[in-house]
Amino acid sequence: MLRFALKRVFGAIPTLLVLIALAFFLIKVAPGGPFDTDRRIPPEIEANLQAAYNLDEPLYIQFGLYLGGLLRGDFGPSFQYRDYTVTELIATGFPVSLRLGGFAMLLAFFVGVAVGTIAALKQNSFTDHAAMAVAMTGISIPNFVMAPLLVLLFAVTLKWLPAGGLGDWRNFVLPVIALALPQIAYIARLTRGSMIEVLRADFIRTARAQGLPQRTVIIRHALKPALLPVISYLGPATAAIITGSVVIEQIFGVPGLGRFFIQGALNRDYTLVMGVVVFYGVLIIVFNLIVDLVYGWLDPRVQYQ
Amino acid sequence: MAGSTHACNTSETMNATAETSDIRGRSLSIDVWETLKKNRAAFVATLLLAVRALLVVVAPILNPYAFDATDFDLISVGPSLSTGHLFGTDALGRDLFVRTMYGGRISLMVGLVATAVSLIIGIAWGATAGFIGGRTDNIMMRIVDVLYAMPFMFFVILLMVFFGRSIVLIFVAIGAINWLDMARIVRGQTLSLKEKEFVEAARAGGVSDVKIVLRHIVPNLLGVVVIYVTLTIPQVILVESFLSFLGLGVQEPMTSWGALVNEGAQEMETAPWMLIFPAAFLATTLFCLNFIGDGLRDALDPRDRSN
Repeated sequence: MLRFALKRVFGAIPTLLVLIALAFFLIKVAPGGPFDTDRRIPPEIEANLQAAYNLDEPLYIQFGLYLGGLLRGDFGPSFQYRDYTVTELIATGFPVSLRLGGFAMLLAFFVGVAVGTIAALKQNSFTDHAAMAVAMTGISIPNFVMAPLLVLLFAVTLKWLPAGGLGDWRNFVLPVIALALPQIAYIARLTRGSMIEVLRADFIRTARAQGLPQRTVIIRHALKPALLPVISYLGPATAAIITGSVVIEQIFGVPGLGRFFIQGALNRDYTLVMGVVVFYGVLIIVFNLIVDLVYGWLDPRVQYQ
Repeated sequence: MAGSTHACNTSETMNATAETSDIRGRSLSIDVWETLKKNRAAFVATLLLAVRALLVVVAPILNPYAFDATDFDLISVGPSLSTGHLFGTDALGRDLFVRTMYGGRISLMVGLVATAVSLIIGIAWGATAGFIGGRTDNIMMRIVDVLYAMPFMFFVILLMVFFGRSIVLIFVAIGAINWLDMARIVRGQTLSLKEKEFVEAARAGGVSDVKIVLRHIVPNLLGVVVIYVTLTIPQVILVESFLSFLGLGVQEPMTSWGALVNEGAQEMETAPWMLIFPAAFLATTLFCLNFIGDGLRDALDPRDRSN
C-alpha cells in the first residue's frame, strides 16, 4: 500500500511540471504585457520594471526562478495589485471559493447518491423514470444558465433569498445549489447504474437469503461496492466544480478565486493568472491523487503494483 | 451518421458482439436504427433536434428583422405578436427571435466543427498509438494521462483573452481539449482490431501500415466513435456557451446562446424574456443531444447488449 501511494505521488510530479510549464510559456508567448499603457514609458523605467520582475533574464532562468518560488509557496508579486503578492491574493480568495465548492461537493455527493440509490431500488418505476428525467435535465442545463434562473425565481420573484454577495449562510444557498446541480445529476446517474449492477450480484442475494432487512443489505453490503464509480468520478467532479465556480462567483458576486482569475486575465496580471491556474491545477492533481488512493483502499481488487 | 455506420458491416468484431444468430444477418446500421426507434426518448429527441436545426437555419431567412438591426422605438419590449417581435427585443431594440436563431447557428456550428477537430486528433492519436504499440504506445498514452489532469478550461480562457476572440480559435481550442477520451477509446479498439485476421490478410497482401490504419482500422472504429461524437457535441456546445457567457466567445453584434444568456442575466429583473428564451433553447438542445447520445450508446455499445 505504501509503495503504491509513493509511486502515485511521484507519478504526479511530471504532471505538475507540465502544468506549470504550460501555464508559464502560454503566458510568455501572449502578445501585450502588463506594463503596456497608452503613454509610452521611458526606456530606463521600463528596463527597471523588467529587472524588478526578473523579466530581463532569459526564459529558462525566469522559469527556474518561478519554480523555485513555487517550492517556497511564493507565486511572485501581482502586477496589478501592486501592494500584494499573488500568494496573499490567493489566500484571501481561496477560503471563500473553498467554502462554496466544498459545500457544493458535499451536497452533490449525498443528494446524488441518495437519489441514485432510490432510483435503482425502484428500477423502471415512475419514481425511477422521474428521477432520471430530472437528472438528465440537470446535466443538460449548464450551471451558468441555472444560476440566473434560480436568481430570477428565488431572489427576484419570490424574494426568499439574497441574489448574491457575501454575508451569512443565506447568501451561499443559491450559488451552492447552482454549482452542485449538474454534479448531483451525474452522481445520481452513476450511482443508479452501479447500484443496479451490484443488486444483481450473488453476495446481495446471499445477504437477502440470510434474512437481513433491506436497509442493512443496502447500507452495509451494497453501498460500498456501488460507490466505487462515484468515488472515481469525484476527481473530474472537482475539476468541474472548480471551473464552474469561476462563472458562479461571477454571477453571484462572490469574491473568491474565480473572480481574481477572470479579472487578472482581463487586466493581463500575468503572475496572478499564472498563480491561479497553477494553484487550481495542483489542487485538481492532488485531489485526483487522493481519489486514486481512496479507491485503492476501498476496492480490494486494485493491485498495488 | 447512418452512412458511416455502414462501413462497419464488413467488420467481424462488430457483428460478433451483435446477436446475429439468424442466418440472414442484420447490418449494424439497421440494428442501431431498430434499437434507437424502440428508445422513444432518443427518437423524439432526434426529431426535435432536426426541427431545431431546420428552424435555426431557415427562420432568420423568413424573418423580416436582421440580427443586428436596432429599433430605438422598441427597446426591451416583451414578446408580442402585434409588434412582430415574437421573443421581444433586447436593450438595443434588436429582435430577440432572430438573435436566438443566429446564436443557435453559431452554437450548433461550434458543436459540429469543434467535434470534428477533436475527432480527427483523437482518431489519429489513438489509432497511431494502438497500431504501433510498444514503447510508442506507452509514451503517447502517458502524454494523454498527463494532459488529462490539466485544467484546460483555464488555458482556453487565457487563449481567448490574450489572442483575441476569433471564431476559428474557438473551434480549434475547444476541439483540441476534447480529444483525450476519443484517443483512449480509439486506442483500445485499435489494440484488439489489429490482431484480427482481416488486418493480417491486408498485411499479407502487401498493404502499407498507413493504408491498413486508414482503410481497415479506422472504418471499423466508427461504430464506437459515433457514440462519443454524440456525447462530445453537447460538451463542446457547453464550453462555447461558457466562454461566450464570460464575454470571451463570439463578438458583438454576432452572438451565441451563451452570450445571449449572459445579456439576459444582466437584464433579467426588467426583461426576463431576454434570459428565458435563449436559456430554453440552449438547455433543450443539450437535453436532446444528451438523450440521443444515451440512446445511441444503448444501441451501439456491445457491452450493453444484454439489457
